[in-house]
Amino acid sequence: MAEEYLLEMEHIRKEFPGVLALSDVTLKVKAGTVHALMGENGAGKSTLMKCLLGIYRPDDGIIRFDEVIYEEMDIHSSLNLGISMIHQELSPIPYMTVAENIFLGREPIRGKIGWVNSKKQTEMTLELFKGLGIDIDPDMKMVDLSIANMQMVEIATAISYNSKLIIMDEPTSAITEKEVAHLFRMINNLREKGVAVIYITHKMDEVFQIADEVTVLRDGAFVDTKLASEIDKNGLISMMVGRELTNFFPKLDVEIGEVKMEVRNLTLKGKFENVSFEVRRGEILGIAGLMGSGRTEVIESIFGVYPPDSGEILVDGKPVKIDQPMDAIEIGMGLLTEDRKLSGLFLPLSVMDNMVYSSIGNFMNKIGLNFKRMKVECEKQRKALSLKTPSLAQRVVNLSGGNQQKVLIARWLLTEPDILFLDEPTRGIDVGAKSEIHKLTSKLAELGKAIVMVSSEMPEVLGMSDRIVVMHEGKKAGELSRKDATQERILQLAAGEALTL
Amino acid sequence: MSDTSVPDTKTGKSFKLKAFVNKYGILLIFIGICILLSVLTISNGTSVFLKFRNIVNVLRQSSVIGIIAMGVTFVIITGGIDLSSGSLVAMIGVLSAMLARNVLHLPMIIPVIAAMLLGILAGSINGALHAKFKIPPFIATLGMMTIARGVAFLVTNGRPVDNLTPSFQQLGQGTILDFGQNFFIPVPVLVFLVVILVSNFLLSNTRFGKFTYALGGNEQAAYICGVNVDRHKILVYGYAGLLSGIAAVVLTSRISAGQPSAGNMYELDAIASAVIGGTSLQGGIGTIGGTVVGTLIIAVMNNGLDLMGVSSYWQQILKGLIILIAVIIDTMRHQVSR
Ligand SMILES: Nc1ncnc2c1ncn2[C@@H]1O[C@H](COP(=O)(O)OP(=O)(O)OP(=O)(O)O)[C@@H](O)[C@H]1O
Ligand SMILES: [Mg+2]
Repeated sequence: MAEEYLLEMEHIRKEFPGVLALSDVTLKVKAGTVHALMGENGAGKSTLMKCLLGIYRPDDGIIRFDEVIYEEMDIHSSLNLGISMIHQELSPIPYMTVAENIFLGREPIRGKIGWVNSKKQTEMTLELFKGLGIDIDPDMKMVDLSIANMQMVEIATAISYNSKLIIMDEPTSAITEKEVAHLFRMINNLREKGVAVIYITHKMDEVFQIADEVTVLRDGAFVDTKLASEIDKNGLISMMVGRELTNFFPKLDVEIGEVKMEVRNLTLKGKFENVSFEVRRGEILGIAGLMGSGRTEVIESIFGVYPPDSGEILVDGKPVKIDQPMDAIEIGMGLLTEDRKLSGLFLPLSVMDNMVYSSIGNFMNKIGLNFKRMKVECEKQRKALSLKTPSLAQRVVNLSGGNQQKVLIARWLLTEPDILFLDEPTRGIDVGAKSEIHKLTSKLAELGKAIVMVSSEMPEVLGMSDRIVVMHEGKKAGELSRKDATQERILQLAAGEALTL
Repeated sequence: MSDTSVPDTKTGKSFKLKAFVNKYGILLIFIGICILLSVLTISNGTSVFLKFRNIVNVLRQSSVIGIIAMGVTFVIITGGIDLSSGSLVAMIGVLSAMLARNVLHLPMIIPVIAAMLLGILAGSINGALHAKFKIPPFIATLGMMTIARGVAFLVTNGRPVDNLTPSFQQLGQGTILDFGQNFFIPVPVLVFLVVILVSNFLLSNTRFGKFTYALGGNEQAAYICGVNVDRHKILVYGYAGLLSGIAAVVLTSRISAGQPSAGNMYELDAIASAVIGGTSLQGGIGTIGGTVVGTLIIAVMNNGLDLMGVSSYWQQILKGLIILIAVIIDTMRHQVSR
């Protein structure tokens, strides 16, 4: 019986200070299958995979891979055994080229001295990309790639090891539908070659598209393993959260007020051109478009991260000048950025520190910072967002990806903004928490806040927005009201076509 | 290539003990060194090291470097570095000594204020070079270090500036709460203490301090959180400059002269103090308490080895080893635990 599994992990236990991340977890994966690993934020998915790779040492349990039993792995031998992983958080070396990143540590060398044969390296990369149907210049520096392309490079790297088992930890959190379809073709190819894939995601639909089997974890404990064909979406969700979840997009019917913010002919050379729109009090304005269509750039530019070359921003009908984010915050704006590691988190600092930075002025008293009030307010946010952390003093680097995102959301809620920009607000967030965040967004709108939400997730855009602006190649391609918006129409506009549907 | 690059504790049962050692490790090492030196310096039944005079002496000797190290800690927490402090001590020292000469008869406060202003100015220039012209702090402060040392020699023609007013000399040589041989506090130690308290308050209880950590933790994120990054850098380097100015006054007054060669390599001792005290050169991590302990470790080592008659050559070697060991311990603490 045992032989039919490529990988068996049994009774895995892993404890961190104050957190039991895994207790008695079992995972069995057959060769030539795609095995989805599901669970809420902080359920222990990434931790389990890091135990498998040898990044963490499990406190208990055994790992059987290819019929050999290991008590623990170490990172070098796991690669040699044929296990590779696409990590949840991208970690490219920014000033090295794509090819150098892919072949890091196993560069093709020339001669006795061991010069790197960069020409060969580039060729090998091209070869690899060709096989996978990826179109990225191997000599580009990683910093110059979009997040989506970085993700594709990361995927290609993992595949290039010719592993027997590839772990993909939320590989689609930063890519669009087109690239997802591409990735799925690659996965299907791998499956045919007999490679096993462990696939972690928070996107339900993907599971049913790609997975053969599903294992669910809840709070560090093993719940069940099922065939994907045996269960449906609701069944899977209730396995994950332990209860039924009904209303996915709890959009409230909110009375929409007067115009809160208007932008006119905003232009930033090379990024976007003549973008105009308005957002009203109580309104959720969705911004849709393909990766690289300038959505993020527009809102970051409004927020002063890199001010526009020309154009006007009006708040409450009056023109405002925003030279840097400080000014935007002053006016009552908040910005949840797209890339939480790059421009969001202070990794060495505590959860509380991470929460209070943009509202720190509210926690001052005459002689300094009022830590008591800080703690009270942060505790409130922690409860409201059901943030999973042993304490507010925990360093944020030790939180699971989804919980890190919640810390950032808390940061902006603490500033009590009137205009809130949300860039991919639910990236990497589990279904339960996702609907919490949607509920919260709705509630903020009800309080009369103006909300601008960039999202690549079609259901989210359609489900949450009162109005949708669609961008195409740096220009506004069109605008759809809630009742006129459909997935097809958004896609048409995003592709730069005229509306026909 | 992992998404949890710096978890702080290893797995096992002894989390509590581990956490304690992690937090107070350097303090424990300091206490250990003190006990060792106390025992090793016993002669005629009393420990020379533990004598009140000797302890005060250690504190007095550590005060100048200690004051500088406070400012350097801020700079390093932002992810920067300040190489100019030793030369600033020399330059500001000779300039303030010129104002404190007995021939001018100026009240003591004038050279003191001048020194502080000069310090702020020089530090702010460091900060501005880094913030506005995007020069890496290592280079910006290296330039300042060379220039300041040159100025110190230029204005004095290489000769010490002496004959200072008695009131000015009090700053480095005076004492307060003086009960004779058995108890007194030298003014430099008092100044050091005040600088410690102010710095600690600034770093842990104010927005200024929080922003300092933010800059070192993630500059881009700090910017988006509304930190005026450029201004904050200038302020932090300015504060470090201010403390160099204060250190200059204390040193000049203690040695009764402005020496253009004074403060040689002090910047490195100050950086070493901060690093021994657990400040991370990557930025984002560090405390004032840690740096104080780091300063004291260096001072106590120097003193103890002196008392034991170890040659200064050996002292250098041992100091180097201590620095390396401290950094190794620190790196191990922050390494990926499994
Ligand atoms: N190095 C660490 N130190 C302390 N706690 C940790 C560490 N790594 C993970 N944890 C904790 O272990 C739990 C499981 O985290 P893990 O990252 O495995 O979750 P996950 O299932 O991948 O969640 P997500 O979907 O949000 O990525 C969380 O509560 C997290 O805070
Ligand atoms: Mg995870």
